[in-house]
Amino acid sequence: MVFLKTAWHALKKRWHTLTDTRYFWPIFLMAGLAFCVAVDTFGFVDLYLQLILIYLGINIILTVSLNLINGYMGEFSVGHAGFMAVGAYVASLLTVHGLPAGVSVNFFFPLAILVGGVAAALVGFLVAIPSFKTRGDYLAIVTLAFCMIVKSVLENIDAVGGPRGLLGMEKLTTLPWVFFWTVLSLWVIRNLVYSNFGRGILSIREDEIASDLMSVNSRQVKIIAFVVSSFFAGIAGGLFAHALQFINPRMFDILKSTDVLIMVYLGGIASISGSIIGASIYTILLEILRPLGVWRMVLMPLMLVLLMIFRPHGIMGMREARLFTPLRDLATEKLWRQKKEGAPDATP
Amino acid sequence: MPLLEISRLTHRFAGLCALSDFNFSMEPHELVGILGPNGAGKTTVFNLITGVYRASEGHIQFEGREMVGLTPHQITRMGIARTFQNIRLFKELSVLDNVRIACYGRVAYTPLEALLHVGRFRAEENRITNQALDLLAIFKLDESAREKAKNLPYGMQRRLEIARALATGPKLLLLDEPAAGMNPNEILQLMEFIRWIRQTFSVTILLIEHQMRLVMGICERLVVLDFGATIAAGLPADIQANPKVLEAYLGEEVNP
Repeated sequence: MVFLKTAWHALKKRWHTLTDTRYFWPIFLMAGLAFCVAVDTFGFVDLYLQLILIYLGINIILTVSLNLINGYMGEFSVGHAGFMAVGAYVASLLTVHGLPAGVSVNFFFPLAILVGGVAAALVGFLVAIPSFKTRGDYLAIVTLAFCMIVKSVLENIDAVGGPRGLLGMEKLTTLPWVFFWTVLSLWVIRNLVYSNFGRGILSIREDEIASDLMSVNSRQVKIIAFVVSSFFAGIAGGLFAHALQFINPRMFDILKSTDVLIMVYLGGIASISGSIIGASIYTILLEILRPLGVWRMVLMPLMLVLLMIFRPHGIMGMREARLFTPLRDLATEKLWRQKKEGAPDATP
Repeated sequence: MPLLEISRLTHRFAGLCALSDFNFSMEPHELVGILGPNGAGKTTVFNLITGVYRASEGHIQFEGREMVGLTPHQITRMGIARTFQNIRLFKELSVLDNVRIACYGRVAYTPLEALLHVGRFRAEENRITNQALDLLAIFKLDESAREKAKNLPYGMQRRLEIARALATGPKLLLLDEPAAGMNPNEILQLMEFIRWIRQTFSVTILLIEHQMRLVMGICERLVVLDFGATIAAGLPADIQANPKVLEAYLGEEVNP
C-alpha cells in the first residue's frame, strides 16, 4: 500500500511538472485540433462516434456556462435552455434565410454562430436585471418564466415555423468547430473566474451584502456573469441546431435546462474540470446505457440521488484540477513563499 | 471640516423608529465609540452610513459630500469600510482572496482585458496580490493565506475581517462590536490593536460596543443611544457619571 502511495505521488508530481510548463496547453490544444481536423477530413472515426463527440462538446459548453451562474455565483438559474434557443434560432435563420449572395455557407457559419451568441447575450443582459433584486428560489422562478416565454414566443411566430420548428440547416457543425468553441468557452470562463470580476462573482455567492460593502459592484458583476453565460449558451444552441439540422421550440423547454443542471451538479459546482467531467459522464453514460431502454431513465436519476447523498457538491465540487488553474495563479503561491522568506519583521 | 457629519438622521422600519434625530460629527483621526444596550439602534447607524439601509430622513455627509442614496459599493470606494457584528467573511474562499476581493474597486482593468489576459491585467493582478500579501503579513495572517477563511480560529477571523476592511483603503473605519466573544485579557490586546491600527493606517475609527471596559479605555468621545434616541454624548468620564446612561444600562439593578 505504502509503495502504491509513493508511486502515485511520484506520478502526480511528474504530471504536474509536465502541465505546469507554459507549453503544455498550446501543444495539447494544437494536437487536439489537428486530431479533430483529421477525423473530419479522413473520417477514420465512425459517424455515430463523431456525433457523440459533437454533442459532448456542446454539453461541455452548456455545463461550464451554466456553472458560472449556478456554481460560481451561487444563483439558481433554470433558464439556460431559453438562451440556447435564442442562439439556435438566430444562427439557423441566418444560415437558412440570411445567407448573403456569393458567400459560401461554410465561411458564413462561424459568423452566424457568433451572432447567435451575441443575441443570446443581449437577452442574458435583460435577464440579469431582475437578478439585482431577487435571489435564490425567486430568481429560479424568474428564469423559469423566461424559459417558458421564449418557448411560447417561438411557438407563435410563423416565420420561424411556429410549433413545427425550423429546418433546412446544412450539417455545418463539424468536430473542429465544436472543439474550437468548447476550448474558447472553457478558456474565457476560466480567465474570468480567476480575475477580479471572478472574485466578485465568488463573493456574491459567499455573502452578497458583505461583497457590496467590500466595494464589489454587484450589479456589474451579475451583468458580466449573465452575459458571458448566456453568450456561450447561445453558441451551444447554434452548434446544436446545425448538428441536428432541425429545431423546434419543444427542444428548449425546462427539461433541457434540467439536463444541463444535472451535468453541473454531477460534475461539481464552481469547477471547470467538474463541468467537463459532468458533461462527459452524462453524455457518454446515456449512450452506453441506451440498450437498457426505459431503465436508463431510472438509473441516471438514481445515480444523481446517490451522488447528492455522498458528495453533495458534485464530483469536483468547489475544487479545481491543477491543470485548469492558470499558471499565474500558481505563481501567486511562489510570490507568497518568497515574501515569507524575505519578509521584514512585522509589528503586531 | 469634519470628516463625517450626520444631521437629523432618522430611520423607521415600517413604523418602528429604529433611530430618531441622530446628530453626530467626527473630525479626522478621532476614535469615537457608540454605546448603548441591545436594540438601541447602534448597528442601524452603521447600516445607514454604509448604505445598507437608505435613511428615512436626514443627511450623512462624508468629506462634505452627501452619502444618502449612494449604493454600498460607492460609499466603500469613497473611503468608508466596516466590519460586522457577526463575522461575515467569504467563508469558502481563501484568506488571500478575501483580502483581494476588497481591492475590487481599485483594480484598473476592464472585463475584456480579464477575459483575454491582455493589457493591464497582469500588472494589476500582481499589484493587488502583492498588496494583499503585505497586508496579511502585517496582520500575521500570511501563514494561512491559502486556507479557507472558515477554517481560521475565531480570533484570526476577527483580525482578517479588519484586514479585509482596511484593504478597501478607508479613511473611516467602522468596527461593529469588535470585542464580541472575547475575554478580558483578549479585550486588553484588542485595545492595543485598535490603537495600533489607527496609528499605522492613519484612519478615523468609529466603533460600536457594549463592553464598557473597551470603550472607556480607548475612545476619546462617546455617544450613547437608547431606543433610537441619543441620551448622552461626551467624554468617557462624563458618560460614566451620567445618570441617564446608568439608568439605561443598570436601571434594573438600582434599588428603590
